[in-house]
Amino acid sequence: MLQYILYLAVLVALAIPLGGYIKKVLCGENTILSKVLSPCEELVYKTLHIQKDEEMGWKTYLASVLAFSGVGLVFVFLLQLLQGFLPGNPQGIPGTSWHLAFNTAASFVTNTNWQAYSGESTLSYLTQTLGLTVQNFVSAATGIAVLFALIRGFTRVKQQGLGSFWVDMTRIVLHILLPLSLALSLCLVGGGVVQTLRGADAVQLLEPVAITADGEILTDAVVDKATGTVTVDGAPVPGAELVTREIVPLGPAASQVAIKQLGTNGGGFYGVNSAHPLENPTPFTNLLEMLSLLLIPAALCFTFGRAVKNKKQGVAIFMAMFLMLVVALGSIGASEQLAPTALTANAAVDVSPVGQPGGNMEGKEARFGIVTSATWAAFTTAASNGSVNSMHDSYTPLGGMVQMLQMQLGEVIFGGVGCGLYGMLAFAILTVFIAGLMVGRTPEFLGKKIEPFEMKWSVVVCLATPLVILVGSGIAALVPEVVNSLNNSGPHGFSELLYAYTSGGGNNGSAFAGFNANTVFLNVSIGLVMLFARFLPIVGTLAIAGSLVQKKKIAVTAGTLSTTNGMFVFLLIFVVLLIGALSFFPALALGPLAEFFGGMA
Amino acid sequence: MERIKSTKSTKGILPKALVLFLVFTLLCGVVYTGIITAFAQVFFPGKANGSVIEVNGVKYGSSLLAQQYTDDAHLWGRIMNLDVTTYRDADGQPLLYAAPSNLSPLSTEYAALVAERVAKIKAADPAMGDAPIPQDLVTCSGSGLDPEISPAAAAYQVPRVAAASGKTEQEVRDIIKTCTTGRFLGLFGEETVNVLKVNLMLDGIL
Repeated sequence: MLQYILYLAVLVALAIPLGGYIKKVLCGENTILSKVLSPCEELVYKTLHIQKDEEMGWKTYLASVLAFSGVGLVFVFLLQLLQGFLPGNPQGIPGTSWHLAFNTAASFVTNTNWQAYSGESTLSYLTQTLGLTVQNFVSAATGIAVLFALIRGFTRVKQQGLGSFWVDMTRIVLHILLPLSLALSLCLVGGGVVQTLRGADAVQLLEPVAITADGEILTDAVVDKATGTVTVDGAPVPGAELVTREIVPLGPAASQVAIKQLGTNGGGFYGVNSAHPLENPTPFTNLLEMLSLLLIPAALCFTFGRAVKNKKQGVAIFMAMFLMLVVALGSIGASEQLAPTALTANAAVDVSPVGQPGGNMEGKEARFGIVTSATWAAFTTAASNGSVNSMHDSYTPLGGMVQMLQMQLGEVIFGGVGCGLYGMLAFAILTVFIAGLMVGRTPEFLGKKIEPFEMKWSVVVCLATPLVILVGSGIAALVPEVVNSLNNSGPHGFSELLYAYTSGGGNNGSAFAGFNANTVFLNVSIGLVMLFARFLPIVGTLAIAGSLVQKKKIAVTAGTLSTTNGMFVFLLIFVVLLIGALSFFPALALGPLAEFFGGMA
Repeated sequence: MERIKSTKSTKGILPKALVLFLVFTLLCGVVYTGIITAFAQVFFPGKANGSVIEVNGVKYGSSLLAQQYTDDAHLWGRIMNLDVTTYRDADGQPLLYAAPSNLSPLSTEYAALVAERVAKIKAADPAMGDAPIPQDLVTCSGSGLDPEISPAAAAYQVPRVAAASGKTEQEVRDIIKTCTTGRFLGLFGEETVNVLKVNLMLDGIL
């Protein structure tokens, strides 16, 4: 319990000052790093031939976002196809298939970082650094830039411009993401995370492993160390081989892990992500990685409050997100602390929390136990990060369901950097509209009148995720070959499928990882889901920003609905839950709920 | 109100996007990665290259990667799903790796696996009688490569390891204690025992 509270307390304590810092970046003010960074900034503007005070209308801003993302998509796609012919590939890994390359490119450009591959066996160091590390930075920066444009829509009065996408990107990368990533990756390296350009190492095994000539593992084999002969039940096995060494996959991991956490990207350097001991070796590195995955999304709430000159508004939005997170965290933690019947049967296994974590330890690392694994699971599915330090596929049905629900609510419980908050602001617009209807007043938010144009686009932003998840998983459930990708049978198998599309549609990227997603149909369909769920809300958000920025500011009167009090926080949570629960109850009933009640029977 | 310049034309967007993308690729891909790699190789060469334990020129494993132990004279670790087909060395010899199970803890397949593991451990540790087996010894980890187990899981194996290795139980307990790491700041994470280090000390290598 103490650990849960400490994790949350440290997070909030760091997020508040960072929120103030990011506000300076947003408003073009000098920061403590300006002395060092301003020359770099000027150099970038000069190279690009852009004016620092350039202003873009919403359509130009949108076109810039799309053009920039498009360039990234093509680059990462080609890099993977061609990696076999390029340097920076000590393992000699060949190019990937076209559909995996498309899926991965879409995944990293959309800040999802869904991975249908294992990094250590599928991608070269060059692809990881020039392709994926770079997208980790710029896809995160794009989300924050779109949020900045929306905030300017609220703060500016009777104007056209929402700022310059190029300037926003430059300032976000230079002033926010690079300094934080540098600091974090240095700490991670000190904590034991791998960072090298050398190829994989191989080390000797203390006990060799016997396999048959076909590569099948011989359990219960006895190896005579002197002669190397292998016997099973006293009989020698002809053609048996001994595996005497283990691979230690290496690479420039720490630098990529830092930004994958900070930018709510979540794509692991290794296949099992931050559960891998070389990617997240100790409780110390875990603390840093886990806090940094929610740090910027939480800080942006406070940035928002300061920028609209109404700190209470930032706190209100933060509270709505925070309360939902606390409930989710509590539910996952409580559910995982209960050991499954497979372990409690015949009292053969000790599941008590004495000298060990207790509870459901399948798929969890000893150094993280239940508390630290559950906290990460709650954070990562709230934040649309999608990195994991335990295997979500092996969570209890209710623990897994809460993870899915957090994504299905539209990734607005903090959500991805930038996109979580602009998603939540669309829900706030829906909320003031509904509240306005109830009391019979023209709805307004932060002094701007909310009219049909903003409403329509808010609905698009809020419904894009549920729509694309339900349509995607619905179609996939009808495709016969998808059954071959499932690792578990029955309701849990359906949960694996639902989780995959939920993760793609929420731009989250975590997985029930037993699911084999590397097939043509799944790569293409989940790739399209990710692109749709990322860019449709961006169009909506910028359209809303473009409309709001032209409006005049209405004076606050006694009849104005307060959007900073407890009532508003409650209403906002209510609207978020209403849309999510109504959309997903049937699907959840078929998956995790069915498994849960089946387990009780 | 200050007049602002507003560009409406979409001309020139694509070239700018391209140039900015190249600038970021250089900055975040090459410069940033290079700085961190240089720092890591200068100040933390052991950790940055996989925390490999090297004694007299022999690389006895990485302290961060699990190996499979079935010898009675060794401490056993988490359950591993071994993988011997994905990686090979330059001579074509298979290299060991492992993966998590990703099984639902409610599945019948999982229950059968646990029962099998329980029977195997009970047979190997007769001295423990009907004492319940600590869960780390019958569950697969998140990475499949978890190099550590809980203190309870280590303590359970002490009688077997002592008998098979010819050491006293106290000696084995002392070795385990040397290889135990507490929580970070006494608060975060869990207390764990590094299995490879214990076994290297049992074998007299460390």
